[in-house]
Amino acid sequence: MDSMAAATSSSVPASGLTTVSVKSSKPLKEKTTKAERRALQDAQRAASKGASLDVFILALHVGIISCLYCVLSAEGGKAPLYDDESRVVKAKRRAVVKQTEAKNRVELFRHLPQYEHGTQLPDLETKFFLLDPMHPAVGLQYLSGDISGGNARCIAMLQAFQEVVKDYSTPPEKTLNRDLTAKISSYVSFLIECRPLSVSMGNAIRFVKNRIAKLPIMLFESEAKAALQSDIQRLISEKIVAADKAIVRHAVTKIRDGDVLLTYGSPSAVEMVLLQAHELRKKFRVLVVDSLPKLEGQLLLRRLIKRGIDCTYTHINAISYIMHEVTKVFLGASSVLSNGTVYSRVGTACVAMVASAFRVPVLVCCEAYKFHERVQLDSICSNELGDPNVISKVHGRGDINYLDGLTNNANLQFLNLMYDATPSDYISMIITDYGMVPPTSVPVIVREYQKEHLLV
Amino acid sequence: MPDVQSMVLEFVNKLRKRKIEGSQATARCTVELLRSVISHHRVPHANQASALIDAVKAVGAQLVAANPVELAVGNVVRRVLHIIREEDLSLATAAVAGLDLLEASDDDEDVNGKGIGYPGMSAAVVAAAARSTLRPPSLQTLLEGTPESATVPYTSSSGADSESKTADKSSVTRKLKHDVIEGVNQLIHEIAGCHEQIAEQAIEHIHQNEVILTLGSSRTVLEFLCAAKEKKRSFRVFVAEGAPRYQGHLLAKELVARGLQTTVITDSAVFAMISRVNMVIIGAHAVMANGGVIGPVGVNMAALAAKKHAVPFVVLAGSHKLCPLYPHNPEVLLNELRSPSELLDFGEFSDCLDFGSGSGSPLLQVVNPTFDYVPPSLVSLFITDTGGHNPSYMYRLIADYYSADDLVM
Repeated sequence: MDSMAAATSSSVPASGLTTVSVKSSKPLKEKTTKAERRALQDAQRAASKGASLDVFILALHVGIISCLYCVLSAEGGKAPLYDDESRVVKAKRRAVVKQTEAKNRVELFRHLPQYEHGTQLPDLETKFFLLDPMHPAVGLQYLSGDISGGNARCIAMLQAFQEVVKDYSTPPEKTLNRDLTAKISSYVSFLIECRPLSVSMGNAIRFVKNRIAKLPIMLFESEAKAALQSDIQRLISEKIVAADKAIVRHAVTKIRDGDVLLTYGSPSAVEMVLLQAHELRKKFRVLVVDSLPKLEGQLLLRRLIKRGIDCTYTHINAISYIMHEVTKVFLGASSVLSNGTVYSRVGTACVAMVASAFRVPVLVCCEAYKFHERVQLDSICSNELGDPNVISKVHGRGDINYLDGLTNNANLQFLNLMYDATPSDYISMIITDYGMVPPTSVPVIVREYQKEHLLV
Repeated sequence: MPDVQSMVLEFVNKLRKRKIEGSQATARCTVELLRSVISHHRVPHANQASALIDAVKAVGAQLVAANPVELAVGNVVRRVLHIIREEDLSLATAAVAGLDLLEASDDDEDVNGKGIGYPGMSAAVVAAAARSTLRPPSLQTLLEGTPESATVPYTSSSGADSESKTADKSSVTRKLKHDVIEGVNQLIHEIAGCHEQIAEQAIEHIHQNEVILTLGSSRTVLEFLCAAKEKKRSFRVFVAEGAPRYQGHLLAKELVARGLQTTVITDSAVFAMISRVNMVIIGAHAVMANGGVIGPVGVNMAALAAKKHAVPFVVLAGSHKLCPLYPHNPEVLLNELRSPSELLDFGEFSDCLDFGSGSGSPLLQVVNPTFDYVPPSLVSLFITDTGGHNPSYMYRLIADYYSADDLVM
């Protein structure tokens, strides 16, 4: 059995590569080998348990299919490498809307895409009626910043996918699996062109594609569609909504009377925690720290004040001034990576660093579906670049116009980072739906729990 | 005198209304004002140094009270006082030197009319007084509790000649004032020229292909970087915006105009970018006696990030920024809170900021400090016009510039 396994497994690489169109760049190869390795492991496990040949072949099929969708998901799930000229050209040809690249790019970030903000819009308008109805709505909302925040974007995208599935009908000569997957991939590319994906969205897309791939081929189309829709609904209700409730339940136990809590930006999970604690009649004060250019803290501030919570508002430069009266810091995260690094809104690292210098505990509230097996050491290797013009023209302050007219100067560049990576030694605890864990437990959760619920 | 008084009042008003920005400008105006005060002040014949000191102290106390956060004012007042004391002392040593010569040559003759300038006193008294001020206090004098005074006591001696007295007295008066005014002019010159002195040291610290991070807008930093550029060193500058005043934009504009590669980043990105930075250079608002730095808000965050990544944190400060006081609770006592309108739009949040609602205290408070304190452990190097120093050395410079008696005004 073993030699047969070896013989057949050695043929997997060849078949895997021949079914795939020639995309021989490095990241894809690694992905195929990983899935292929897993298929190999499954096959070997099945072999060692003395299972029959059918199971064997099924495992091989799974391996091949997983190779397939890995290739397809690589289009949407992974950030393209923008310093690779050939890939950039290919991506441009496939693009739904045309964008012009920004001039005056910062050297350090040549590997990340940076486009002139808003140049997608004219092209989008002309193509409006050529695209499927689903295309513009969510993408435009991302583009304009109406929807921002990991959870909100993910839920909006998943609800859009539910619509897609509902309206879908298989064209003749095609299988549901492959065609729907291809369609979803094209939508994902469009979303990326509007705004690069967040990690939570990436995980959700992998889940959806996995579910589509796992659909038994014998199902009727209506049954398949219903199954998919219920799967997506389950993802939203279990992994996002219920997870948030669990996080709130854990976190309010950490809030005591007389606490002064600091939060940065506008994290949805932390907002729920604060509101729940206020419902439970706990006496505490909130310090909202905000920063340019997004000024998200003002939205959180408004919502907290409406509920009658005592708030103080300040900007990120003043955190050394106020940190001596803070008892706990609550932060949100876009993702937590496998080396314990928290990947979240830019400025979170500064807040966590000053808090740990003043010996204030830092608690990060993050749902488990946002965990990722990637590792990252600093904020430069992987990030998102926002519109540089919002830095030169400060919103709401007409008197600050020192840099008018200098935006095209070769000597001057603007850098508008969206995310940064907080090292794990600044984080005291991560509150997830699986409980309250230290940052070092994240790879364990990724390994043990992601496999069952979000097949990677 | 009356016009000096009105000048003082005008300056006090300007300080109180914060119309003068920047420690260098404030220091210059203060020195020039004190120079006029000194030159207009009519000193008595006896105890002229202490009279001058009292006059300067009176004006200085008013100025410091008008803007206690602007430490350069107090620094300059104390520098002037130190100059007065020093000039007085040097005149006393000159007197002693002359007396010694006299005593060596002629033991019996009186001091009067010998052109030394200390008439009305017996030679022995003068010599003893001068010597006692020159020598460090002996254990005997300390134990006996003999009061030490920096000024030479002007006691009228019975054996003085009256005619030569008046002539020599007026020459003494003029000499002390003259020396003091010279010293003050030198101080003005020093304050005005501090930028060039600091900028000369730029090439020792900036080499090739460097990345420098800076915050706020300091003219010293600008001159420093431009001096390095002129010596053909290649480097790029990251400037943090410095919300809510956006001083970083001003600095970036200046740097671009002088041809330097500049990138403007948001303050929240300081930690993200610091791993790629070779050096952090900032200009201080004031340097305290323990080596701590008062700087524009946000520098403590940058200093902590620099410490974490082992990036040198260099502070540029002219000597007029060195303050002899120890910072007790500097975030509160040496800080100024500005208007919340720089952070929040009043129109949108006026209902929350209303003091008249409910319990009388508003639901929303806004904190907008101007300055930040950096403890000396986070600073790698101070570059002043006298050279580069460790933070632990700054207390020693205080002894050079200030007298211990002037610390409390």
